[in-house]
Amino acid sequence: MIRTENLTKTFALRKNQPPIQAVQNLTLEVKEGEVFGFLGPNGAGKTTTVRMLAALIRPTSGSAFINQFQIGRDDTQIRRSIGILTETPGMYERLSAEKNLSIYANLYDVADVKGQVEKYLRMLGLWNRRMDEVGSFSKGMRQKLAIARALLHEPRVLFLDEPTSGLDPEAAKLVRDFIEELKSEGRTIFLCTHNLDEADRLCDRIGIFKSRLIAVDTPANLRQRLFGRRVVFHLRALNPEWVETLRRFEFVKEVTPVDNRLLVRLDEPEQYNPVLIRKLVECGADLQFVGEIRHSLEDIYLQTLQAEE
Amino acid sequence: MLSFRHIRTIIDKEWAEVFKNKMVLFTIVLMPLLFTALPLIMLYVTTGSTIPGGDTADLPEMFLSVCGQMDSASCMQVYVINQFLILYMMLPLIIPITIAAYSIVGEKTTRSLEPLLATPISTEELLIGKALAAAIPAVGATWLCFFIFQILIPLTGASQQVRAYVLGPTWLLGVLVVGPLMAIAAVNFAIMVSSRVNDPRVAEQMAAILIVPVLALLFGQVAGLLVINQQLMLIVISALIAADALLIYLGARLFQRETILTRWK
Repeated sequence: MIRTENLTKTFALRKNQPPIQAVQNLTLEVKEGEVFGFLGPNGAGKTTTVRMLAALIRPTSGSAFINQFQIGRDDTQIRRSIGILTETPGMYERLSAEKNLSIYANLYDVADVKGQVEKYLRMLGLWNRRMDEVGSFSKGMRQKLAIARALLHEPRVLFLDEPTSGLDPEAAKLVRDFIEELKSEGRTIFLCTHNLDEADRLCDRIGIFKSRLIAVDTPANLRQRLFGRRVVFHLRALNPEWVETLRRFEFVKEVTPVDNRLLVRLDEPEQYNPVLIRKLVECGADLQFVGEIRHSLEDIYLQTLQAEE
Repeated sequence: MLSFRHIRTIIDKEWAEVFKNKMVLFTIVLMPLLFTALPLIMLYVTTGSTIPGGDTADLPEMFLSVCGQMDSASCMQVYVINQFLILYMMLPLIIPITIAAYSIVGEKTTRSLEPLLATPISTEELLIGKALAAAIPAVGATWLCFFIFQILIPLTGASQQVRAYVLGPTWLLGVLVVGPLMAIAAVNFAIMVSSRVNDPRVAEQMAAILIVPVLALLFGQVAGLLVINQQLMLIVISALIAADALLIYLGARLFQRETILTRWK
């Protein structure tokens, strides 16, 4: 669906200043129906990447294919086959919501303009406000309208640039739920976001990007790769001998006692947890809870960027 | 190939936005009405008498050829009314400047240009749509006012010779051919400026430069340096066709999607 090979974008600034390499050798593949989270700090080149993939700006070198169309060669077909939510909604504020969508439906050559406009206005809960000027809309409503605009022509590939940025929690949840709905329809979504919790919940894979792609994998694999997996055993009371008992197992990589808890690092807790639980019970431990310590995506993100620096 | 659906949509969008702005609407309506009323008043006031102290001998020598066999009062009126022909030619240039100057830079300021450029619309379709959206109301308003002017002329009591003159080839060429060519030049120049600057006011001010050559015509005639007749009209038409072609070419060349998107702050 989306494939890039050594995609690079350099911006020449003023005469005496060196050019800025906004995107360096980006090689990536996003499969059909996948939600791909593109994470990176401000100025990392995320928007530049989306603009290149949406055939809005040309790469300096490298190539990219969207729906088999090559950027730089099949730009009109690419623009026709993708939907894009830009960083700012950019609606025509003096016009009504319905008029805004009708304009874009016509520009995307939609056959049933009225039908599609109505479908998405209803789907996003804006039907009753369809005749109101967009200037009177809240930020969340504008964002929803911009999402509707990106979907009018039923694109299979969507680029969403910060879809929940600046929204209140309720509006952000509405947008996130809608993205989940789009995901369930099998659309390919390229999601640029700063909201790591959102990326963790929505994305099948994430790429951490800062001018170049630093890491790319599923959130679970990235967690394991960076932190391994850790299990916590909550005990009524901790006997220091049990630490040594657990360390004797080959599959245990590390055991750390903390208060009445034992933190155990190991690779496959699903397989080895029962062994450890049996052993602790045999030793006379009163087990209260057992759980996995799950590192947040924020930890992964910060760790990855720190390692890069 | 150009998509007329895309062009029509851009025109529709521009008009929907522009006509919501009362001030722009006011500009489009007021000025043509003013330019229609003034020559009518002038004709009414001067009919049946020569201007006090005036005589055809006071007119620039070059202008007398325009009058031909007219009586002196009619010739005087034609001289006066000929200045208004220049105003009629200026109307399609002045009216669309506001609309056209705002067209691209306005989209930049409201951040609506990026989603617009992300659609399958081509640069040519976008520029044609925007140019027509600005030029059509201007030419339409000018022609409508000229039509009203023609209908009301008999009420001023102007002589048959004067009425025949303002329906003659010089005026028809001026209003029906030079006017639209002026409009094309104005909107293309304004759109070109609009796509290169970041402030709508700068775009408007720069686009207004186009009025200067037309004012040169006006002052040239008043000073007796030139006479607006058919020959001059044909020269102006040829020059405008060349200028329009150049401006359309430059407009399309200078509209760089990438530069507009990435340099805009």
